[in-house]
Amino acid sequence: MTIDMLEPPSRARRDFLKNSAAAVAALAIGFHWGGRRALAAGAAAAPAQLVPNAFVRIGADDSVTVIAKHLEMGQGSYTGLATVLAEELDADWTRVRVESAPADAKRYANLVFKTMQGTGGSSAMSNSWQQLREAGATARALLVTSAARQWHVAESELRVERSVVYHDAGQRSATFGSLVKTASALPVPAHVVLKDPSRFTLIGTRPARVDVPAKCDGTAQFSLDVTMPDLLVALLARPPQFGATVASFDAAGALAVPGVVKVVQVSRGVAVLAKSFWAAKKGRDRLIIEWDDAHAEKRSSAQLMAEYRQRAEEPAPSARKTGDAVQALSSAVTKINASFEFPYLAHAPMEPLDCVVKLTAQRCDIWAGDQFQTMDQANAAKAAGLDPQQVFINTLYAGGSFGRRANAWSDYIVEAVSIAKALGADGTPVKLQWTREDDVRGGLYRPMYFHKLEAGLDADRKLTAWRHVIVGQSILAGTPMTGLIKDGIDSTSVEGAATIAYEIPNVSVDLATMSTGVPVLWWRVVGSSHTTLAVEAFIDEVAHAAGQDPYEFRRKLLAKEPRMKAVLELAAQKAGWTSAPLEKGRGRGIAVAEAFNTFVAQVVEVRVQESGRIKVERVVCAVDCGTPINPDVITAQMEGGIGFGLGAVLWGNITLDNGRVQQSNFNDYRVLRMNEMPKVEVHIVPSTEPPTGVGEPGVAPVGPALANAIFAATGKRMHELPFSRAVPV
Amino acid sequence: MTISFVLNDSPVSLDVEPDVPLLWAVRESAGLHGTKFGCGAALCGACTVHLDGKAIRSCVTPVSSVQGRQVRTIEGLVSRPARAVQAAWIELQVPQCGYCQSGQIMSATALLEHDQAPTDADIDAAMSGNICRCATYQRIRAAIHRAGQQLSAEQPASA
Repeated sequence: MTIDMLEPPSRARRDFLKNSAAAVAALAIGFHWGGRRALAAGAAAAPAQLVPNAFVRIGADDSVTVIAKHLEMGQGSYTGLATVLAEELDADWTRVRVESAPADAKRYANLVFKTMQGTGGSSAMSNSWQQLREAGATARALLVTSAARQWHVAESELRVERSVVYHDAGQRSATFGSLVKTASALPVPAHVVLKDPSRFTLIGTRPARVDVPAKCDGTAQFSLDVTMPDLLVALLARPPQFGATVASFDAAGALAVPGVVKVVQVSRGVAVLAKSFWAAKKGRDRLIIEWDDAHAEKRSSAQLMAEYRQRAEEPAPSARKTGDAVQALSSAVTKINASFEFPYLAHAPMEPLDCVVKLTAQRCDIWAGDQFQTMDQANAAKAAGLDPQQVFINTLYAGGSFGRRANAWSDYIVEAVSIAKALGADGTPVKLQWTREDDVRGGLYRPMYFHKLEAGLDADRKLTAWRHVIVGQSILAGTPMTGLIKDGIDSTSVEGAATIAYEIPNVSVDLATMSTGVPVLWWRVVGSSHTTLAVEAFIDEVAHAAGQDPYEFRRKLLAKEPRMKAVLELAAQKAGWTSAPLEKGRGRGIAVAEAFNTFVAQVVEVRVQESGRIKVERVVCAVDCGTPINPDVITAQMEGGIGFGLGAVLWGNITLDNGRVQQSNFNDYRVLRMNEMPKVEVHIVPSTEPPTGVGEPGVAPVGPALANAIFAATGKRMHELPFSRAVPV
Repeated sequence: MTISFVLNDSPVSLDVEPDVPLLWAVRESAGLHGTKFGCGAALCGACTVHLDGKAIRSCVTPVSSVQGRQVRTIEGLVSRPARAVQAAWIELQVPQCGYCQSGQIMSATALLEHDQAPTDADIDAAMSGNICRCATYQRIRAAIHRAGQQLSAEQPASA
């Protein structure tokens, strides 16, 4: 997401965010749900604790509980946040626990989103870095002052290591826990001194992830695992076309299923509530629903793409204009052109969307892998007819998201609240469960896009002109963030293209925004999920036309972009890049990207197997994400981003026929599997710059690097996604 | 009706409809939540459990078909290979979101219980039915090899 890129906010957004913030300002700490371990630690710490700020509690039992304002959805946020705080606190890592924060924008806003609490845009570490360092240093200062007063020595004579304060000269020491009571009585210092990075003992090392043990023995708590007495499972029958509505329905068959308790209609469809999942599923299968498709989207993907293609030939708003690309193209000696077609993509997180809602006339409790806490709180309140401060969000581990849970409509949460309300808001807990079919067909896809590119070389084969037209739906349109669209440009449609880093004298990037009935959403790495592919696959074609090595060609154009150039060089060097082609049947491709201020370059190697199918064998990745907080988490995110991106460019394809989604599950919405995962090597650029995110950027370059490798191996350019449409994989 | 089987070494009798998938019987009737729902169609492996020692997809296995048989879930892992797998998973920091990992660990354990030195091809064959959207595959592969080495070191060859 790129909410941060688009200041100042429009009045609509300011009002929306202000209202959200005002609504939650009065909230005290609600229900804490940190999983078993955090609960156990919290319970043990009950007698006395030091709570110097909103981000940490230190117990008399030496426990250190870090309050995470960001969702843990696999990206390692809990570990990263705790590492930063524990570093400045000099805490013993083995005693650090993490607990999720309640919805409260006043204390827990994402500082990149300003007044909204939420996770996205790979911003968790970058926006928390200073905040959590200060929070940890403040707690440490209180403990040190407390010890100094007890021992009547100067604070400067004390040192802290692994949750113990030492006075070496006096041969004295005190554990954090023993100082909690006296430290709690001290005033919280207004200013604290942060560590010099040379003294870091956790940051830059590989402290074990806090969530891994519970994720290896089945005890980690996801929304799926929330249960309580009298809970009903709800499955919702949604329309077969986007925009269709319920005309009428017959619930008799559903109600005849043993275990089915009730059938209710809500705005998005008809819900079956039952005592078990299976009864709800059987009940839903037996619903007879007549849908009104008067306002439904009925076009097919092919029709939409034909319209997009045509639209690319007409004038469109400008997202970037440097020099005069049209003029430069007309005088170019060599012209190169290509177009790229991208389908809708589903996020398909492993945990199908689910949440538990307990609603009464005065209060709404929600348990979810919640990504936009205060947005979801406001939307849930509206659906429930309550004030936001009457809505309590309990954020659990999310079984993946990739952007899906971060949506302005809070779709799955509002569905659950609406069902609970239709049931009478009587306090009966409702667990809304999506099936995989619901997920694949449920919309909020990465939008379809058409990209048209033209480039011109002069007589010296220098790149003088670059013209790029992008056609597709806006992600921000129709959301509370609509106001961020400026002069017809939704920056999430053009990031990575309008920001092209290559030094080219004449550049134009235009955007034609289309409207369809298909709901769309950001998908891991957002705009760069398509723009990087178009830019980096096309620059390869340009390098080829210029008769130059694609790595050297890029490198020369990045002379003024040192960080981008450095990752490109590192990836090339580690991959053993040479301008000589690989042996017959093998190919190597390179690509580089900047996303959310993180720089990533990748080299992909492929082999054409005897069967003719292409196998991705190796990916070498270089990343510069500023100060590396946890190199192992960074490496894991690059590995995962590469696997996620490969699956999408090889097979990812949501298509419509008469407005109906043609895919339904992992059989026809294919994703990467074990036997298709290449060997991945990750190299991290040492840096003392402030840290930037790693959850998304690793996805961006792998598609074009693969496209370029396939070209090197087969001579075929990949202009339509997924690549499996053009080559056997 | 009542279906009786052995769940994690203890006999259980569940009052369930016979066509209920084992996944939901284990989760909702037996109250064991480690086994996950991912696709409902034996396409992703998140629901993998052991039936008489073999990895199966519990989301498409009617509970009636396990009458009198041995079912093992992540909560009941006790074998040496299982312990080695879980230790390797932690050592190599395999999980990200973690939702698929119970199923991954059940499939990996079933593999190592039969073969302590699987090749990469063996791992592909045993594990390609388990999807991980976080794409932790490289670490899963390394962790299976690591667990295998650990087992071989503890109890050479003849085991």
